[in-house]
This record gives sequence, structure tokens and C-alpha cells, in this order.
Amino acid sequence: MMLMKRRDFLKAGAAAGAMAVLYGCAGGAKASGHVVVVGGGYGGATVAKYLRMWSEGGVQVTLIERNPTLISCPISNLVIGGQKTMEDITVSYDGLKNKWGVRVVQDDVVAVDAAKKTVTLKAGGSLSYDRLVLSPGVDFMWDEIPGLKSAEAQSKVLHAWKAGAQTVALRKQLEAMKDGGTYAIAIPKAPYRCPPGPYERACLVANYFKEQKPKSKVIILDANEDVVSKKPLFTKAWADLYKGIIEYRNNSEVKDVEAGSNTAILEFDKFKADVLNVIPPHRAGDIAAKSGIKLINNRWVDVNWLSMESTSTPGIHVLGDAIFPAPTMPKSGHMANQHGKLAAAAILNLLNGQEPNPEPVVMNTCYSFVDSKNVIHVASVHQYDAATKTVQPVKGAGGVSAARNELEGKVALGWAKNIWADMLT
Amino acid sequence: MKLFVPIATLCLLVVSSTSQAADPNLARSLAATCANCHGTNGNAIKGSGMDALAGMDKAKILQKLADFKSGDKPATIMHQISKGYTEAQLDLIATYFAAQK
Repeated sequence: MMLMKRRDFLKAGAAAGAMAVLYGCAGGAKASGHVVVVGGGYGGATVAKYLRMWSEGGVQVTLIERNPTLISCPISNLVIGGQKTMEDITVSYDGLKNKWGVRVVQDDVVAVDAAKKTVTLKAGGSLSYDRLVLSPGVDFMWDEIPGLKSAEAQSKVLHAWKAGAQTVALRKQLEAMKDGGTYAIAIPKAPYRCPPGPYERACLVANYFKEQKPKSKVIILDANEDVVSKKPLFTKAWADLYKGIIEYRNNSEVKDVEAGSNTAILEFDKFKADVLNVIPPHRAGDIAAKSGIKLINNRWVDVNWLSMESTSTPGIHVLGDAIFPAPTMPKSGHMANQHGKLAAAAILNLLNGQEPNPEPVVMNTCYSFVDSKNVIHVASVHQYDAATKTVQPVKGAGGVSAARNELEGKVALGWAKNIWADMLT
Repeated sequence: MKLFVPIATLCLLVVSSTSQAADPNLARSLAATCANCHGTNGNAIKGSGMDALAGMDKAKILQKLADFKSGDKPATIMHQISKGYTEAQLDLIATYFAAQK
């Protein structure tokens, strides 16, 4: 039985308290209580740190994460493209533990009892909470692509849509591919994690082929009617930089896969590739449904935008790619970080018996590499609208790069360094 | 021009400059939306190429934001982001960062 060790928290709290300065100007009493955070990605790590920082160590936070380190999805396409290594996109949880006094538990949550306010761990035992945060990311809907249901098929036809072992494996498949081969990437219907990500990946694989395997081709099989994100900038990059290498096919939903022959099966067609990379449709990470939270379209969690609290299950806040997005809001790491801060502020108010901030703001920036140096961005700002009870994109704000440029290539890497630190150190 | 706004003044500002239902930590929470790129509490990673806003003069921050909005200051992205916030919100954000170390 795993029990909360209050002594450990006091020790950790003292460490954080010793270096704490006055953040903001909370007039009332310091919030207290225990918050359990499930999932230590862009959303979960951020909410854990900000709860500790903003409560000045008053709130105890346990973060349950199955991986020993954070491996970043943003920038991971540069590992697939050959510009970066796994080490470059791996960040430790030590800062959360040692600097902020977050109790980080490497484990999996197998059940949530929303009535009793407990979570059950895979390794055994349970934890009780005052408020629960789920930041579970996405899980794949394998039923939609029956040929990929087996572990064997999944190890051959990769998604590499969760950074980690699959990122390395896809890079190896590309390195092993003969010159003159074909790489095909299949994109599911929106909404999916990281809207511009598949097009960025196509660019970076094409960049690798152009430099190392010039007879090879990149085929984009897009289930959508058109390029989902940054279309003019991506199509210009394909025409200018990768003419004769990248071929884009819209309305090309992959319905099934013959993993043995690397064949994608479309509605009226089949496509055989040397390296087949299928991103299956996805939904909120499985623990969301297991928690008894009601899902929209059996896929995404509906949240109250003042608190990120589930509209069906009080006491459980949900962040990041798992949620049913507000209008035009992308599923991105940057946005998950913003959700984490919104939730942290709301949870501290709620633990203190106060209403959450009635006018929250979140914003997004997303950088995509179109070659090893040139980058294009998309940005947006979303303000809470009481009439529609959601955050709405601000008209006239946001937008995309005027053109691909090297300056934003440097900015994109600077963004990564800062957001990793904002989450974890 | 004051270079540093004491915390007490900041609190007063937050309470007085927004609607009566405003959250006492509104400035802090608004400023946190900038931290992804500009660092927690405006402490950007050195050498990352991002402006560190912690301790920057409030008037200087507001002038930069105004120039981004008007287009007077060339930008890769800030001309688009600055337009997403109201003048009152930018004032709160600038006040908050100016008071950070």
C-alpha cells in the first residue's frame, strides 16, 4: 500500500520554500491540499510546477508519469530528419522534484474513483486527492486500422506520433531504406495531435532524401480534404525545395494496412511503400474514459474553460490533447502548457474557496521546420467569452509567417529551451 | 519614470483597473501566458534569443508592445500575438514583469 508520506512533502516543501520569492499578490491564505497529476507531458509537468510555485509550497503535488524522463514531441521531427539526437529532446524530471518539491512517481494509473477521490496505481496501492488533473495525451484507435492491432504490426508500421522508441525506430527505417525507395506518411482526419506536424515531417524526410538519397520519394496520404495547417507556406516549400520528391494526395484516408508488405489500403486504392508511417486516428488517453468521464464523440473530454474541470465529473481537471478543443484551438504542446497554467490558477482558487478567474486567456505558437534551418509559424490568442462559455480566437490577432526564414529557425529552438524550462525547472 | 513597482502598488492596480469580479492574481496569470517563450516570471534562458522581461521597465515593455501592434517594430511573431490582448491586459502584464527579479 502506497501512502502519502507527509514527511517527504514537508522536506520538499522546505526546499522550494527556501528559494520562493513573492509571486503575484495573493491576498488570502495560502492554498493547501493534495493534487494528483496523471501524465507528465507538456500539460501535466506545467500544472505540477505552477501549483507548487503559485501556492509557495502550500499545495502538495504528486505527479504520476510512466516514463523516467520527458521526451519532447516538439522538435522530435528533427531527430527523424537527422538534425537532432534523442538526447537533445530528453529532459529530466529532477527540477520538478528537487527545485519545486513535486513528488514524481514513475508508474501508471489504472483506475480512478471520482466519488472516493482516489487513483489506483499499476504497481499497487492507491493515492487520495483533493483535486485530480488528467493530462493523459492521446491513445490510438487501433480498431480504425485493423491490420495494425497486433504488437508485431505496430512494430513494423510505425506512427512515431509519441516521441520515444518509435522516433528512433522510424529514423532507422529511413536510414536502412535504399535510394530510390518511397516513404509514405498517412495523416488521420482532424482533429489530431499537432496539426502541422505531419507536413513538417514530410519536409524533413524529403530534406534527408534530397541530401542523401536523391532518387527517393515522399508521399503524403492525407485523410483530409486539404492541408490542415500553414497550407500556403507548406505547399510553397514543397514546390521550391522538394519538387519531384514530395507528392501530396488529399482525401486519401488509410482504412487498413497490410503490415507484412508495407501496404496502405485506401477506399479505392492500395499504396505500397518502402517505409510506411501511419498516424492512426486518436482520442483522449485511455485513463480519461476509465475515469468515467463522459467523452464527446467517444473521443474527447469536454471541459469548463474557467477551470479545465470536466463538465461531467467534478473534481477532475483535464488538459492538453485529450480535451475537446475550443474553436480553432490546436492540439499542441504549447497549448497544453497554457491549459496547465489556467488549471493551476483555478485549482488554487477552488482549494481556497474562491471562484476561478472569470476571464482567462490562452495563446499558442507553433513552429515547423521545412528544412534543417528554415521555419514557419502559426500563432493565435484565445480569450474567454462568457456568452459562448468557451475561449474564442481573437479576431485580427495571430497568423502565420510571411515566408519561411532562418531567423525563426533559431527562434524555434529558443522556444523549445524556454518551454522545457517553464515546465520542468 | 519608476523602474520598480512595489508589490503593494501592483495589487492595488490589479484590483482597481479591472472589473470588480476580477481575480486578485489576474496579472500573474496573464503574464504566465508569455512564459512559454519568455521564461517563468520573465526569466528567459540566457542565450536562447528570447527577451528576458523580468525587471524590465514597465514603460519600455509597453512601448515595445505598442510598436509591435502598430508595426513600427519589426517582428517575427509578436506583432500577431500583441494584438490578442487588450490594453488593460498588456498594462497588467507589463506591471507584473517590471516587478519581477
